[in-house]
Amino acid sequence: MADIVLDHVYKRYPDGTLGADDVNIEIADGEFIILVGPSGCGKSTTLNMIAGLEDISDGELRIGGQRMNERAPKDRDIAMVFQSYALYPHMTVRENMAFPLKLAKVDKAEIDRKVTDAAKILDLTQHLDRKPANMSGGQRQRVAMGRAIVRSPKAFLMDEPLSNLDAKLRVQMRTMVSKLQQRLETTTVYVTHDQTEAMTLGDRIVVMRSGVVQQIGSPQHLYDNPANLFVAGFIGSPAMNFLPARLEDDSLRTALGDLALSDQLRQTLSASGAERDVIVGIRPEHFEDSALIDEGIRHQGSTFTAQVDVLESMGSDKFAYFSVEEQATSDELAELAADAGTADVPGGDAGQLVTRLSATSSAREGQSVDVWVDTSKLQVFDPKTGKNLTTSEAAPATV
Amino acid sequence: MASTISPAVESRPAAPAKGSSKGAGMSEGQKKTWWAVADLVVLLYALVPVLWILSLSFKTTDTITDGNFFPRSWTLDNYAQIFQIGLFTAALRNSIGIALISTVLAVVIGTMAAYAIARLDFPGKKVLVGVSLLIAMFPQISLVSPLFDIFRGIGIFDTWIGLILPYITFALPLAIYTLSAFFREIPWELEKAAKMDGATPLQAFRSVIVPLAAPGVFTTAILVFIFCWNDFLFAISLTSTSRSQTATVAIANFTGASQFAEPTGSIAAAAVLLTIPIIVFVLFFQRRIVAGLTSGAVKG
Amino acid sequence: MSIDSGALAASTTQQTEQQGGAHRKGKPALSEGKKAERRLGLLLCAPAAIIMVAVTAYPIVYAIWLSFQRYDLRFPADRAFAGFANYAAVLTSEYWWRAFLVTMIITIVSVAIEFVLGLALALVMHRTIVGRGLTRTVVLIPYGIVTVVAAFSWQFAWTPDKGYLAAMLPEGAAPLTGQVSAILLIILAEVWKTTPFMALLLMAGLALVPDDLLKAAQVDGAGPWQRLTRIILPMMKPAILVALLFRTLDAFRVFDNIYILTQGSNGTGSVSMLGYDNLFKAFNLGIGSAISVLIFIAVALIAFLFIKIFGAAAPGSDEGKR
Repeated sequence: MADIVLDHVYKRYPDGTLGADDVNIEIADGEFIILVGPSGCGKSTTLNMIAGLEDISDGELRIGGQRMNERAPKDRDIAMVFQSYALYPHMTVRENMAFPLKLAKVDKAEIDRKVTDAAKILDLTQHLDRKPANMSGGQRQRVAMGRAIVRSPKAFLMDEPLSNLDAKLRVQMRTMVSKLQQRLETTTVYVTHDQTEAMTLGDRIVVMRSGVVQQIGSPQHLYDNPANLFVAGFIGSPAMNFLPARLEDDSLRTALGDLALSDQLRQTLSASGAERDVIVGIRPEHFEDSALIDEGIRHQGSTFTAQVDVLESMGSDKFAYFSVEEQATSDELAELAADAGTADVPGGDAGQLVTRLSATSSAREGQSVDVWVDTSKLQVFDPKTGKNLTTSEAAPATV
Repeated sequence: MASTISPAVESRPAAPAKGSSKGAGMSEGQKKTWWAVADLVVLLYALVPVLWILSLSFKTTDTITDGNFFPRSWTLDNYAQIFQIGLFTAALRNSIGIALISTVLAVVIGTMAAYAIARLDFPGKKVLVGVSLLIAMFPQISLVSPLFDIFRGIGIFDTWIGLILPYITFALPLAIYTLSAFFREIPWELEKAAKMDGATPLQAFRSVIVPLAAPGVFTTAILVFIFCWNDFLFAISLTSTSRSQTATVAIANFTGASQFAEPTGSIAAAAVLLTIPIIVFVLFFQRRIVAGLTSGAVKG
Repeated sequence: MSIDSGALAASTTQQTEQQGGAHRKGKPALSEGKKAERRLGLLLCAPAAIIMVAVTAYPIVYAIWLSFQRYDLRFPADRAFAGFANYAAVLTSEYWWRAFLVTMIITIVSVAIEFVLGLALALVMHRTIVGRGLTRTVVLIPYGIVTVVAAFSWQFAWTPDKGYLAAMLPEGAAPLTGQVSAILLIILAEVWKTTPFMALLLMAGLALVPDDLLKAAQVDGAGPWQRLTRIILPMMKPAILVALLFRTLDAFRVFDNIYILTQGSNGTGSVSMLGYDNLFKAFNLGIGSAISVLIFIAVALIAFLFIKIFGAAAPGSDEGKR
């Protein structure tokens, strides 16, 4: 077990592009940290550099206080789980799990004991003599985990280990991974492009974009205080709504009407020298059917009336979709849309407002409804830099 | 996830719907009958000429010219005879030796090249692929005259090496295509995984890549062996004595045990012996041979 | 380790969509690594390249040189530069043109029959619901069997008083001695031996036609024949062209079958037979080399036309795939 430190790490490709651009991450011993971001954001590159599968162009990598840059993967004492599991097809489950131990010249009895233990933990005991080809995706995934844990390495590296599983199994495996990590207390670096996985698994999340770390923090912290538009848009499902807005004295003029600013918000905004045009971000759950709002807190927000386009009743709550004429534009939002694949869906998310209402709401498709929005939870962003103007936190790369 | 290597274009069992191309109104039983008839035609097509030569090889000298498909009286004399004349035994030894050596060399050289083509990025890769394609199309007869002259000049005419060289050359395109198709199917991420599991590059290669590549290499070896075993043009042009004459040439030159003896029986017996290894390969490695033959053509 | 990252993109294409940095990972990692990769690639390919070039390119150049010489092995002292005399001799000789015609006929007819038969065979092997493994195994026998052996089988079968096939013919018929009938028998022997190979290549093409597509066509009202001509064949086009190209060039080289069946007598010799005879019966290396060069040019022309007219993609070239 050990801590992992990435100290001003760069990855430069021969064509000049940067796979990792001044990455600084301190991962504590036993911590479960998630690297998350869209395709090509540098999260896998970063993981591969920790593994030793890719060279570090500049900066230093330390594991347990020791410089690792020049060490071969096998000398770093870390285990890795791959997206494709990378099980050796010609070996049985037992042989697969024993392979790293055999290479480390552990004696037979010891290997046997460790493999049996790991198999017990992962519920693989009855499959030990099967070949991977005859196993289900979930079973293979567990074998891959088993191969990693038998060695009791200093750290686990996981490269999208669950993304080849179907949705239901993924949820199950997620809890298993989480339990396993808590039990073993081994430092774990986990790469994913799935923000739900990131939110549910990690002690802390590192959001990356184009090789640059956008923000590091606990899931809740990132959710409540995104450093910029990119993090705000990436974390949370359904995603945060973004509306172009004009900041006037004490209100925000938006397509939803004028939203009154809370005192605190007004202070922060004037302190950070806000410009006149901004992007306002509102999470779906910060809306509510106006009829269901306590009079006591009604003053904390504004109310608007609109026609429901589509209503999705989830049982526990209702998602109401509204059309808005204007839509916020920025590079970061465009990249997020491209990554989510919504950029080329006709209509897409463009100009759509998603709200989460209580299940008891009487909103109906095609009918107008009064919607209340909690203005104390508004996030205001600079459209040019993408910076969050509502948080005092200096972006990016703070712990 | 490619956890097994199968460049084979192995199609799934036919769905019931597909059989309807033979006629929609047929019952399952009728369909089966029709397919069985079709299979039988294929079977006869492939086997009749082979059975005929087999039958000839067992006919006695008296009955060999009776024109019957099946022998009326059986004998092993023909086989005994071809081993009495040393010519055929020597030719068989040459055939086996030359084909084996050529196969080993072609597969080793071809594996190296195919690995580079499938895994590495280097200048001239396309040229190499193009050159081997050209050689696959090359008219071998065009080489016979110059090789005849060159080999006589450097003293390897009528030697094993004089046949092994052209065999390797013409087997290489086959080996490179087949092997690179196989290599492309290997999940190379495993190599990374092995490194993470603590293997040195050599250990990763030996314990992970070699076992995965072995079936492809083996298949290629069979195909190359069949190619070398089958050659006639080079063998008849570049050899002149039993020192290096192969079995195909020996059969073609058979004149019988004595000047007046009818050579048909001997030829048939020799032909059967020449066919046995091929039949054995085919029976045991059918799947692999099909995979090897088709992989190069379809997947490139 | 930069070596494996180079090819990773190719081997994990099915995952690149979901995989985060796959595009980046696919790129070379380090310039020194890149250089090492190039060196290793060239080193590994060198033996294959050297031997292939040494045994083909050098001799063909040598053949061109020889073809401009008067070079009769019986009179080695007479060796001298002869200009285009050898070519003139060959191209004005009726033997060459007859052999060329015979070769073309054998090539075209046998490849045409092989294609139709091979397609039928491929369909049977692909679709059959009984004895799938058995059919696939037995068709490999003609492919694997030594051509000379097969040729003897046919020769004996058609020899009067000896063969079961000749026995079915009218009394006195000797099919191997008539020009037309002998050429037909040569074609038969070629077709028998190589149809399975054609069928296997075509079957690989068939496997690339998705079942769903055929079901969709069926729902859209296409009958079996329409499905074959409108869906299956167009989708198989690349496989068909490769199979035809290879078989055409292969058939043009026909030698073994003719050597055993007729020895090229009665006007049944192919260009390969002619080249062989000039070398080993007439001992004329100059003329023999001229014939070699002409055959080489003919084959190059056929390949060129195939690729130009039909757009046959060379297997192995990246452009032709998918």
